[in-house]
Amino acid sequence: MSSGIVIESLTKSFGLFRAVDDVSFEAEEGRITALLGPSGSGKSTVLRMIAGLEDPDEGRIWVDGEEQTPKPPQDRRLGFVFQHYALFRHVTVRQNVAFGLSVRKASKAEQRSRVDELLELVGLSYFAERYPDQLSGGQRQRVALARALAPRPKVLLLDEPFGALDARVRQELRRWLDGLHRELGVTSLLVTHDQEEALELANEVVVMRMGRVEQIGVPEAIYNRPVTPFVAGFVGASNVLRGVVWEGHVHFGHSAVAGAEHLADGAAAEAYIRPHDVTVDRAPRDLSFPVMVERRTNLGWMSKLHLRLEDGQVLVAEVPNDETLGLSVGERAFAGLHGAKVFDAGRVEPSAAEPEPEPFGAESDAMAEAV
Amino acid sequence: MIARTRTRRLSERAVRRLVHGGLTGATFFYIGVLVVAPLVGIAVAALKPGWSAWRSVFTDPFARHAYLLTAVITGQTVVVTAVLGVVVALVLARDRFPGRRLVSAVVDLPLAVSPVVVGLAVVLLFGRGGWFEPWFAAHGIQVIFALPSMVLVTIFICIPFVVREVAPLLEELGTEEEEASRTLGASPMQTFFRVTLPNIRWGLLYGIALTTARALGEIGAVLIVSGTIAGKTETATLYVLRAFDESQDTAGYVVALTLALISILLLAAIEIFKSKEERRRG
Repeated sequence: MSSGIVIESLTKSFGLFRAVDDVSFEAEEGRITALLGPSGSGKSTVLRMIAGLEDPDEGRIWVDGEEQTPKPPQDRRLGFVFQHYALFRHVTVRQNVAFGLSVRKASKAEQRSRVDELLELVGLSYFAERYPDQLSGGQRQRVALARALAPRPKVLLLDEPFGALDARVRQELRRWLDGLHRELGVTSLLVTHDQEEALELANEVVVMRMGRVEQIGVPEAIYNRPVTPFVAGFVGASNVLRGVVWEGHVHFGHSAVAGAEHLADGAAAEAYIRPHDVTVDRAPRDLSFPVMVERRTNLGWMSKLHLRLEDGQVLVAEVPNDETLGLSVGERAFAGLHGAKVFDAGRVEPSAAEPEPEPFGAESDAMAEAV
Repeated sequence: MIARTRTRRLSERAVRRLVHGGLTGATFFYIGVLVVAPLVGIAVAALKPGWSAWRSVFTDPFARHAYLLTAVITGQTVVVTAVLGVVVALVLARDRFPGRRLVSAVVDLPLAVSPVVVGLAVVLLFGRGGWFEPWFAAHGIQVIFALPSMVLVTIFICIPFVVREVAPLLEELGTEEEEASRTLGASPMQTFFRVTLPNIRWGLLYGIALTTARALGEIGAVLIVSGTIAGKTETATLYVLRAFDESQDTAGYVVALTLALISILLLAAIEIFKSKEERRRG
């Protein structure tokens, strides 16, 4: 049995809603594993069951080779970090961090030295006597992390730890957590709906959807070799082009893209193409096809081009500004596609094709108009 | 044109100020006439005869017994309503079960029902021919015209105070801090005493203060179930009632004033402690 976290056929329903459905995976010791999925995919419920905050209907949980399933939360020795910090608001930062030591009856001297050590680690020694409501969101989450680490947990469970923070602090804290993990090496399970966060921090990613595991793999595999249309669409914003398979290519109108070798000729297929895997050119090239620029949005170092294909489908391309060739709205160009992930359209469920909402979208549009 | 707008704006502001001042005045008048004036009246009436009147009241064995009885009833009521009030508040704030709203409404019932009705109900249940009378009689427990029924009616009347102060705090607190406590190694008991209780302590203290004030002042229900036996089942409020009946007005005023002062001091003390704590936290 592995010494990290082992999850075996975990199932949990709330009333008629099956939140977690036969989920199994392992989180390797000393690594960060991410549970990635949209809200309602059951990832937080899995985490809460590992912590003992929720009882599974079926399945078993092992940590460090020891079964946890029947144990109450206080006997599991797991650190849990909540999205909204969950700091004890009636006591100081110091008392918050000391909590896990004092309930386990550690000596006063031991508590003091361990708390000092952790406050130093999270860079908040100066704030030891403050109350949680006197700290910023980022500081609160660092206190929560120090508090979770204080009793030396076997594993660290992080439930959307950056979800309540603004974009800049989130970035900062993410990098900081990465460094901290390198230093401490504590087995960590990170729940997130942010694919960028999962790809940046995790050694392994478990993609979940509607209570089930969709794919498990290293970030590179999740990103480059998605096994389901859902993963292809959810991890990295994707274009979806519908077409028909012929000789290993998906054809739409006069154009085609490679990557359908696994599908029979004549099958309806969907090709998932990342916006940065689209190149534009003024002249036709091998397998490129004519498009019309419908909209151009400047994001600073690159531009987002909305391209209309001949058969009416729309393709979004993200192209560095020095490669856009000065294309402007209304102009004709040729688009080339790389790295398409092709799936049998019969298998594709409609929700999988929904593009990810992009946090920068609104601002960048406004910026483009200003430019 | 400009000048006209300016005067109009000024006059609007003046009207607003007038309305504001009027409302403030009305508030002071209302509170002054209905709350402060009667208290001052009682204080003057109780203090006018001088200290000898106070000494005679405090040496009167019946008065002393009445104080003691009120203290005992209030103490028992506070303990029971505080403990069960927190339990009921936890259930109402945390559990979702059919009939929850009904239970929540029933908790407020004592505020709506006249204490006299409460007293009558207890007499019906425990008095001669009441449902529970045979069982208690067989076990030799005197309920009616004795301490048990007096505590019972007082508890009934005081049920809502702790529940209504604590339940909203529990709802606002949520369960995350408690969950954090559990994952940090605290048992449910430790979690209650170290996380939940500190978060509801001011609400609980307020509820206890209100309960105490209400229990000290209760008269209607107690009057009906106690039988008002001087030196036996006569509480401080019943003593006041009897004092006026027997034209011992000064004794009545003295006891009334002490009861009022205890309640006022209690509420003031909590207010002071609370604001001190808030200042400490900046």
